[in-house]
Amino acid sequence: MIFALTLILICQLAGEVVVRGSGLPVPGPVLGMVLLLGILWLRDRLRAAVAAAWGGGALEATGKGLLAHLSLLFVPAGVGIIQRLDVFAASGVALAASLVFSTIAALLATVLTFILTARWFGAEGAEP
Amino acid sequence: MKEQTFALWVYLSRTPLLWLTVTLIAYLAADLVSAATNRHPLANPVLHAIWFIGAVLVATATPYATYFEGAQFVHFLLGPAIVALAIPLYEHRGTVARAAVPMLAALIVGSVVATASAILIAKAFGAPHAVLIALAPKSVTAGVAMGITEALGGDPALTAVLVILTGIIGAIVVTPLMNLIGVRDFRARGFAAGLASHGIGTARAFQVNELAGIFAGIAMGLNALLTAILVPFALALLAR
Repeated sequence: MIFALTLILICQLAGEVVVRGSGLPVPGPVLGMVLLLGILWLRDRLRAAVAAAWGGGALEATGKGLLAHLSLLFVPAGVGIIQRLDVFAASGVALAASLVFSTIAALLATVLTFILTARWFGAEGAEP
Repeated sequence: MKEQTFALWVYLSRTPLLWLTVTLIAYLAADLVSAATNRHPLANPVLHAIWFIGAVLVATATPYATYFEGAQFVHFLLGPAIVALAIPLYEHRGTVARAAVPMLAALIVGSVVATASAILIAKAFGAPHAVLIALAPKSVTAGVAMGITEALGGDPALTAVLVILTGIIGAIVVTPLMNLIGVRDFRARGFAAGLASHGIGTARAFQVNELAGIFAGIAMGLNALLTAILVPFALALLAR
């Protein structure tokens, strides 16, 4: 697990370094994700050579353990609402209306575009 | 006795230990309720953990900065979790590659609608310009959205709150909405959840279906890129 966590953190660190150094409008962790993808791809090409260090699915277990409780990770930032209660008192109706209707609009626009394009380009299927 | 209790409270309320533990307990309790209701959208664990902890902080007059000293250990894991999205993504790479064209189209349309509609609706209700800046990147994952707002001279802390609220609203609405319009393609459902409501929508998508979760994660990452480019133009165009 420590090996897996270290590898994940190295990817994130490398992502942050590249982003800060180059001024790309990409979040560091997203670049880290791309890097980890590359490492996974390489790993499967070199499986025999690194099998000993890899400890049978430890990376998968650690990564999926982290993702299983993704919700938890948003709690600390969300509690920050207690610092901004004054803004909600002043503009609460505008914010509530905007957040609710804009989120519904974005969900509908995205899902309908996805489905129609998939139909056009014959990329349908993949339903279980 | 009373004095001792007070001294203990003064000590504990300043250590990271107390607020880290409170965060985990509140989340575990909220998650238990969510599991007991068969993952009902309204039993969203983020929503219920947040109001509970917020109420405890207000009742004990604890400043958010003190709370965050403990909670930062959880907050820190947001970055590694995004990196870890590579793992399920890699496992399903074939399915993902086949959906490249629909994903790209849905990304562009969804990102424009998410940004423009947020600005226009809030403006119609008379929200001040400073609030519009903080609101514009609301569909993007917290760290990136705060960066966008900061670069434009807005209030990143307000953005963080609006981002989390957007995530909760999306996570609550997405399942009933998709069932209502009869969409059964879990790739499309997940992609919409991740685009409109970032990581909280992605967490919701993983609760419903693994493939939906993977597509939500991709949408979250791609939308972070596009929105960072889009928001300055959208504000200049729509928020005057």
